[in-house]
Amino acid sequence: MRIESPAAQAGPFAHQPVSIPRTMGLVMLALLPATLFGLWQFGWPAVYLFLVTVTAALLAEALCLRIAGKPVRPFLMDGSALLTGWLLALTLPPWAPWWIGLVGSLIAIVIAKQVFGGIGQNLFNPAMVARVALLIAFPLEMTSFVTPAPLFAGHAPDPLEALAITFGGQGIDAFSGATLLGQVRTELGQGHDLTAILPGLFAPLSGALGTVTGSLGETSALLILLGGLFLLAKRVITWQVPVAMLGTIALLAAGMHLYDPAAYAGPIYHLVSGATLLGAFFIATDLVTSPVSARGRLIFGAGCGLLVYVIRTWTAYPEGVAFAVLLMNASTPLIDHYVKPRIYGRDRKGRPIESGDDAQVRP
Amino acid sequence: MKLFKIRGGVHPEGRKELAAKQSIETPPLPHLLHIPLQQHIGATASPAVRRGQRVAKGDLLAAGQGTISAPVHAPTSGRIMGVGSYPAHHASGLSVPTITLQPDGEDRWSDRIQGVEDPFSLDAEAIAARVDAAGIVGLGGATFPSAVKLNLRRKFRLQTLVINGSECEPYLTCDDRLMCEQPDAILDGVRIMAHALGVTQLIVGIEDNKPEAIAAMTVAAAGSDPAIRIAPLPSRYPMGSEKHLVQTLTGRETPARGLTADIGIVVHNPATAFAVHQALRYGYPLVSRVVTVSGGAIARPGNLRVLLGTRVQDLLDHCGGLTEEPVRLISGGPMMGQPLPSTRVPMVKGSNGLLALSASETRRRAPMPCIRCASCVQACPCGLVPLEMAAQIRVGNLETAVGLGLMDCIGCGSCAYVCPGHIPLVQFFNYAKGEMATRGRAKQKQTETKRLAEQRTARLEALKRAKREAMARRKREAAAKQKAEAAALAAKPAREAEQTLTET
Repeated sequence: MRIESPAAQAGPFAHQPVSIPRTMGLVMLALLPATLFGLWQFGWPAVYLFLVTVTAALLAEALCLRIAGKPVRPFLMDGSALLTGWLLALTLPPWAPWWIGLVGSLIAIVIAKQVFGGIGQNLFNPAMVARVALLIAFPLEMTSFVTPAPLFAGHAPDPLEALAITFGGQGIDAFSGATLLGQVRTELGQGHDLTAILPGLFAPLSGALGTVTGSLGETSALLILLGGLFLLAKRVITWQVPVAMLGTIALLAAGMHLYDPAAYAGPIYHLVSGATLLGAFFIATDLVTSPVSARGRLIFGAGCGLLVYVIRTWTAYPEGVAFAVLLMNASTPLIDHYVKPRIYGRDRKGRPIESGDDAQVRP
Repeated sequence: MKLFKIRGGVHPEGRKELAAKQSIETPPLPHLLHIPLQQHIGATASPAVRRGQRVAKGDLLAAGQGTISAPVHAPTSGRIMGVGSYPAHHASGLSVPTITLQPDGEDRWSDRIQGVEDPFSLDAEAIAARVDAAGIVGLGGATFPSAVKLNLRRKFRLQTLVINGSECEPYLTCDDRLMCEQPDAILDGVRIMAHALGVTQLIVGIEDNKPEAIAAMTVAAAGSDPAIRIAPLPSRYPMGSEKHLVQTLTGRETPARGLTADIGIVVHNPATAFAVHQALRYGYPLVSRVVTVSGGAIARPGNLRVLLGTRVQDLLDHCGGLTEEPVRLISGGPMMGQPLPSTRVPMVKGSNGLLALSASETRRRAPMPCIRCASCVQACPCGLVPLEMAAQIRVGNLETAVGLGLMDCIGCGSCAYVCPGHIPLVQFFNYAKGEMATRGRAKQKQTETKRLAEQRTARLEALKRAKREAMARRKREAAAKQKAEAAALAAKPAREAEQTLTET
């Protein structure tokens, strides 16, 4: 009988049926409902943009791996590049031109991920780095939203017209619309009273269902929530980040809304609009760039929530999830350094605990 | 009974059904037994027999050496074929001092074997001495000499004896079967140990995946001593870790780097209790143990009462051989067991399982980079951050890893079990622990060398100084003598001149 070199490895010699491709696959599965909904509701241009973005991410990954001299197949097949491209696509304006997806994927994979050393090494969430870079470099394209034009609907562009929109640079003025966050920001800037304008702009039900203007995959709060709960049930993510982030946003919004309803919208508005839910369940929970301890994750989530609210409310940008997540990513190493679980038999400072007075060592 | 929560842990696939229903059987006598002289933690036993000597079952083969050691006895009657070396029951496969015994087939006990009528009339010292003489060590796998643990009352104020029947490793059912089949004997051993320790609280913890054992032990406890509490435990690995078991049962945490005795609790294994019962009641030394032979590649998994020194191959043969080529042959459980180098090696006191695992059971994959998913952080029962420690060890920062709590790691493997990147975390930790121990020894050697060198220099210096002083003294004396002579010489002509002067 031949037995493998015994010195090869210490135990355990059993393993949970888990792997990195499985983890990534579960996240993609969780994203699927919201993605399909977004693709349906924004039609062929969204489909093209999505395909361009994920293909570019995969190509960029393969190229980088080749240059770095790493094995291409196992790393390309781990699903991380596909997921990055996928997440990025979901945060883009659905009818953005193809090169937005291409440039975004290159930034995400090359600059934010591979330059740092590849999977597991990046400090910042690649999809959010790309989104922020695009927003700053191409503010016009990144804020040109459209009203929903579902696949096969009469007024929606057919596949050929869509080609012209995504690849031909054809204008989309006929369909253009503004996101709720953007509209409210504009109206507030003009000195309008929120209690007067909000009922006309915001219907909680359609916001929850997602039949509103917005980024490709961010509109349907319910489907994203469904995916998030799936990830929680599958133990891919833990509850701390989403609960802390959503809780902080809700608390701040409720507090400020009570303080002045005319200037500050309530918690439901903040929770279902923009990238709040996608951010809380899929972006802030990114395993690589968030803290590893439970308490650290609570701090991280709360920080994200606080920053989202502050950016949305008091800065020049109507939406702040990407900025908030990146800022908190930067503080992840700090959080991990200071916030660690308590070691068994030691106190929080690392000193051995007292053994108690009923069992002293005999003299 | 109220239980307390502990952090972390995993739920590995139990796979206990493979052997759980198989009663303990005794395989036929093997043709040869290879009995290593060190089957315990501590000093190697020293041989007490010669080549060619005839021995009876239970005769002393090698005597314990020093305070932490254990003797080894003849597992059956026969002739000593040699006192030499033989491959160890260890991943290294290195040869260790071993006595080879050829059984004569009679399996005849020695006449000197004698039990005690009433062990409870003995004092603690006498019980510990008998346990020591019987070569009993912790049979849960740790193989720490049991007598040393029974003597802990000298140093600590004890109140509780916990019997660790959790058997949380997958596949293993040897303690389960023993508790099902010999509950009265085990509890007798438990009571004898409690008597020796002078404790009044007795708790037997058994994971709830062993309902039959819980039932059998509960009935036996009701019949023997109502003070014994049988506590069903949630099935979660590593429940059998002594400190975690104690915390689950009593809610009390053992201080870091300490013993459970620090909080007044001693933990023993049910198989150890059974061995104590055998040693005290009948005078039988530890010459056999129950071993679970299991795994997907074993034709007929089962639980065998194995004579110490039986070769692994003999056990495999008895269990119908292998149905496929196993990817791993393991001594112990799949979580903390160790791979065996060949089927020639003998079974020892600490081997509770022999597993031949197929590829579908080990689920090995090539390691991937860490994605910081923190599954390991959640799984660690010790509150460590395994991913961080491994990252530091990978780049050689062993001191930093120690600062992160490396030495508080119990090596249970929960982290590596759940890692989606299949990173061999335990391998990293074992490497670092070994390297730190080597460095510690090197450092100790260095300081010792330095101390000796300094002493030598001081000695030489003193010698030199003494020599110099002696030389100087001699010089001074010589100079003084010369001076005196010169003075005498000078005085002489002067006197002569004086004389001449007066003469003239």
